Amino acid sequence: MNLIAIKAIYIFEMKRTFRTLLQSVVAPVMSTSLYFVVFGAAIGSRIDQVEGVSYGAFIVPGLIMLTVLTQSVTNAAFGIYFPKFIGTIYELLSAPASFLEITAGYVLAAATKSLAIGLIILATAFFFVDLQIQHPVWMLAFLLLTCLSFSLLGFIIGIWAGNFEQLQLVPLLVLQPLIFLGGAFYSVSMLPELWQTVTYFNPVVYLVSGFRWSFYGLADVPIGWSLLAILGFTAACIFIIGLIFRTGWRLRD
Amino acid sequence: MTPIVSVKDVQKTYDGGFEALKGVSLDIRDGEVLALLGPNGAGKTTLISIICGIATATSGQVKVGGHDTVDDYRAARSLIGLVPQEINLEPFETVMNTVTFSRGLFGKPRDDAHMERILRQLSLWDKKDAQTKELSGGMKRRVLIAKALAHEPKVLFLDEPTAGVDVELRRDMWETMKDLKSHGVTIILTTHYIEEAELMADRIGIIAKGEIKLVREKEALMAELGKKQLVVELSERANGIPESLGKYDLTLSDGGSEIVYHYDSRKDRTGITRLLNDLQAAGLQMSDVRTEQSSLEDIFVDLTKGDAR
Ligand SMILES: Nc1ncnc2c1ncn2[C@@H]1O[C@H](COP(=O)(O)OP(=O)(O)OP(=O)(O)O)[C@@H](O)[C@H]1O
Ligand SMILES: [Mg+2]
Repeated sequence: MNLIAIKAIYIFEMKRTFRTLLQSVVAPVMSTSLYFVVFGAAIGSRIDQVEGVSYGAFIVPGLIMLTVLTQSVTNAAFGIYFPKFIGTIYELLSAPASFLEITAGYVLAAATKSLAIGLIILATAFFFVDLQIQHPVWMLAFLLLTCLSFSLLGFIIGIWAGNFEQLQLVPLLVLQPLIFLGGAFYSVSMLPELWQTVTYFNPVVYLVSGFRWSFYGLADVPIGWSLLAILGFTAACIFIIGLIFRTGWRLRD
Repeated sequence: MTPIVSVKDVQKTYDGGFEALKGVSLDIRDGEVLALLGPNGAGKTTLISIICGIATATSGQVKVGGHDTVDDYRAARSLIGLVPQEINLEPFETVMNTVTFSRGLFGKPRDDAHMERILRQLSLWDKKDAQTKELSGGMKRRVLIAKALAHEPKVLFLDEPTAGVDVELRRDMWETMKDLKSHGVTIILTTHYIEEAELMADRIGIIAKGEIKLVREKEALMAELGKKQLVVELSERANGIPESLGKYDLTLSDGGSEIVYHYDSRKDRTGITRLLNDLQAAGLQMSDVRTEQSSLEDIFVDLTKGDAR
């Protein structure tokens, strides 16, 4: 195992993050704060409690997930797309490092960044709403797993992307609907039955539900399902990346 | 001695259907400098990319240090350093960071002394904290070399390292190559400069249209090139070579108006003075004298004729 290679990639990527620290952190924190103000304070005060939790507090886990998912995907996608774009990928391809090591370096770095942003937003949330976290360890575990699995997804998107439009469009086109229809702003039980059924095909539902459960003990789906879904998703991503590196798809001529 | 790099029947067809390598076989000896010459599009970069793992061969096998580059890529690749033809660098990264990264990527623990040595040798030490986008083209190329040397490779591929580099810098690079060679590093160099090949290489390979046309010791090639011709133009046509000149290797050409003498220019005694005296003694009137020599360039052009794209 070339641990040094993983570390080298990780450090290199983290340095890149720190160079652009302000813009990487300020933008997501600000937009989430706006959500807190608008949905939590302004609109939330006119909405009844959801299953015993005030609406402002109810949406916090979903909002954190929203940001963390998008951040994970875009960070990881950009991380691997950039060397492809400027040509420095030659070095990764000629290095004595396996696909797992290269992936680990990039994905861990992307996940670290989105985890940090997630935690900052969580801290910010305390300023706006009354929060309680019933299962802090689970909360962290869900957050971490989400960062990792969606960074893996982002890594795949970065390898696939042929230009900057694709790089930006896919997270937008695929993630936004998944997230907004994933129960970030409502409980799935509020939907008509047909839509509830459709909802269960959305992987994000399991994440948001599990994450919200760690805060309030409320879940749309059993917590075990949430965990299984996210682990399955992670495994699928790793499998696909392995396939990509073995075949050299979009990487090697 | 087993070759340090062994390429067997490597064939490469790109996705578009273009056959860039048509079954190339090549053994590279441990510690040698091999210059690969060839016109644009000959397949030099493709061959190097396959050896280094950047491209996959359609068929064939490559071994580096006895390790298969596909099945045992870790062992094979850790021996290799690559300086690519294109200047690819992270623009916002500092010189030190990119070079340190390269070493780590190859699994070597941090070694500040080695970093300093490389950067000093390539005159980049002053620039170690500069972002690569702030460097000139020649400096960027040296950063690429520093990156390739960061993990102390046994085999170094230099894909046109001196393209677009000024004379002084080119000399520096040659010095660096000589120094590496003296430390036992095998160097494979592609170039369009024939003097560079003459100066640096132990062996010269010529590649054209995806095929290796020739691989020869430079000395042997040069010996061939050492052969010169002295052409003596006569004022009046001669009907034959006079008896008295029988001891020379002479031929009559241009319908008898020229006498051609073949000799080896690297010998101390070329026999030219005696020949000219004897010609005069034989009563032949000379109107002009010239010498002709085939250069590496001629051989090169001959072999690759019509191959340029
Ligand atoms: N990615 C690719 N896809 C399709 N064809 C390619 C690709 N890369 C190279 N080729 C083709 O393969 C042939 C060999 O290219 P290569 O880059 O190996 O040549 P070269 O000898 O390095 O030339 P140069 O001296 O210009 O660098 C060329 O005809 C080129 O057009
Ligand atoms: Mg080339």
